[in-house]
Amino acid sequence: MSRFILLTVNGLANGAILSLAALGFVLIYKATEVINFAQGQFLVIGAFVVYNANVTWGLPWPVAMLVGIGAGILLGIVVERLILRRLVGESNLAVIMVTIALDAALFGMVLFTWGAEPKPAPKFVPHGSVHLFGDVAVAADRLWAVAVAVVVFVGVALFFQRSRHGVAMRAVADDQQAAMVQGISVNRVFAFAWALAGAAGAVGGVLLASVNGGTSLDLESFAILVFPVVILGGLDSVLGTVVGGVIIGLLVEYTKSYMNVNASQMLPFVVLVAILIVKPYGLFGQVRIERV
Amino acid sequence: MATATGVYNTTYRRDFALRHTKAEYARLALLLVVAVVLPFRLDHYWLGYLDLILLSSIAAVGLMILTGYTGLISLATAGFLGVGAYTTANITTRLHWPMPIGVLGGTLMAAALGAVFGLPALRVKGLYLAISTFAAQAIFNNRFRDWRWLTNGQFSVSANTPKIGSHALNSDFRWYWVLVVITALVVWGGVNLFRTGLGRALIAIRDQDIAAEVIGVDVGRYKVMAFAIACGLAGFAGALQAHYRNIVTWERYDFDTSFLLIAMIIVGGLGSISGAVYGAAFMTWVPAYITRIGQGIQARSSGGTPLIIEKLPAIQLGLFGVVIVVFLLFEPRGLARLWQRTKDYFRIWPFRY
Repeated sequence: MSRFILLTVNGLANGAILSLAALGFVLIYKATEVINFAQGQFLVIGAFVVYNANVTWGLPWPVAMLVGIGAGILLGIVVERLILRRLVGESNLAVIMVTIALDAALFGMVLFTWGAEPKPAPKFVPHGSVHLFGDVAVAADRLWAVAVAVVVFVGVALFFQRSRHGVAMRAVADDQQAAMVQGISVNRVFAFAWALAGAAGAVGGVLLASVNGGTSLDLESFAILVFPVVILGGLDSVLGTVVGGVIIGLLVEYTKSYMNVNASQMLPFVVLVAILIVKPYGLFGQVRIERV
Repeated sequence: MATATGVYNTTYRRDFALRHTKAEYARLALLLVVAVVLPFRLDHYWLGYLDLILLSSIAAVGLMILTGYTGLISLATAGFLGVGAYTTANITTRLHWPMPIGVLGGTLMAAALGAVFGLPALRVKGLYLAISTFAAQAIFNNRFRDWRWLTNGQFSVSANTPKIGSHALNSDFRWYWVLVVITALVVWGGVNLFRTGLGRALIAIRDQDIAAEVIGVDVGRYKVMAFAIACGLAGFAGALQAHYRNIVTWERYDFDTSFLLIAMIIVGGLGSISGAVYGAAFMTWVPAYITRIGQGIQARSSGGTPLIIEKLPAIQLGLFGVVIVVFLLFEPRGLARLWQRTKDYFRIWPFRY
């Protein structure tokens, strides 16, 4: 039983991180209909920048976090402005190819800058263990990951409900032309979506590095699990990223423990294909009625 | 040069013909001569690349049929290469059946699995479908690594060197003749596919799927069929490659290879079978060239600047990504479009349009 509780907490933590990664993915898809294959690199770069700011430059951790988030935002805006904006209206294939190539380019850049050696995990995320239900020792950083994700998602929900920019983003996602007629700058919304994705990626990356016990290039192999998450939750649903993230996170953790590591890496993708065949728009995705 | 000055067809036969002008026949003859002379002129190093280009061309033609003509994206071509390779390796080394049966088995297995992963095409399209094929790639790669019964408990499985009569196919030179004939047949089949009802239906689906449904094309069925054809050809190429290399290991069938194949068909120009071959040639050459530059730097700076040598893999990878990004920004429709624009420029010179 204690093993089960432990796995559940670990799974929830993974799910929380996956949700953060998937959040950026979904925001970009909602606003611009682009599938961002480079999302994993956003996490990796965010984690490395925070590591650099905190350890190499010796900044206090809140400042280091801000630097990381700032770098994520900057990266998102640069990518949108320099690359994706020029491809508006081009075929899906060209856009997919660009984001995959971008992934390779960013990977090369990270490898060049930080090398293949893993760096230690950020020290400021509380380590040690917390006792739950009496005797189950749970790593504290996992609980922190869940807590941070909850805070971020509450913030995002408030942003979409209350902020002018949030409402503008929803309007663009709903109907691009109508939003333009209302005087909303679609370009700015696109940039906003990419910036938010970069920021969410940086936060997710730091948590992931902490949970994984090291800042390294391997973080990306975890990040490709955003695909099952977003398909399960629905490609254009923010709520779906939370639910999908938790389900996939738990699935990975249970199968890793009760089956084996390779199976835990594969099963989320089996779920993905099954969902596409059975309920293609996911749990919360907007169903497009098109009878072909 | 090889373009006609206008359309002067007076019979349907002429209208359907693949070649209309004498210049086009001349070009074909020229290509034939080059194909025959080339292996005698190239050294061992480049001959090996030539064989790789031919092998990639087969898979690229399949992907072109799927993506360029039917409008469906597959990110899993490498996975299906692997399916073909593992199948034929197991059939030939474990069951000791002859190589043609192994290759056929690999092709059919890949086609069947391709149809399975194409099934979401019955429900979704566009980007959702692309993600389905991405999942296929992830699943295949994972299984190649994990299923030790595929490799008899080893890390790799060997595939024997096939024989034609008493000649063993044990050199790049001998392989070239086999591969060039096979590739020519595949290209010929691919070009002619689009003169049949099946091919026309696929094009109709690409151009306007709703209209295709209205005129009686069973869109779902044809999409799954397109997946089967493309993945079958990928499996075929993978099976041949297994015998060419004599060894099958899982690293060869990762996502990067799938990505390279898509780059091939984009560079070659979507919607052109011969473009798949040209794209395969170009995209096999570019990474080889980038590696060569790297080796050149390494050779020149021996002992001098260890930083560059240490960072070389990162630079190569990053450079490759940047080349693709810049290329797509510059001309999202590939080299073929660039070639067309260049031709147009000279055709209408000195006017702008």
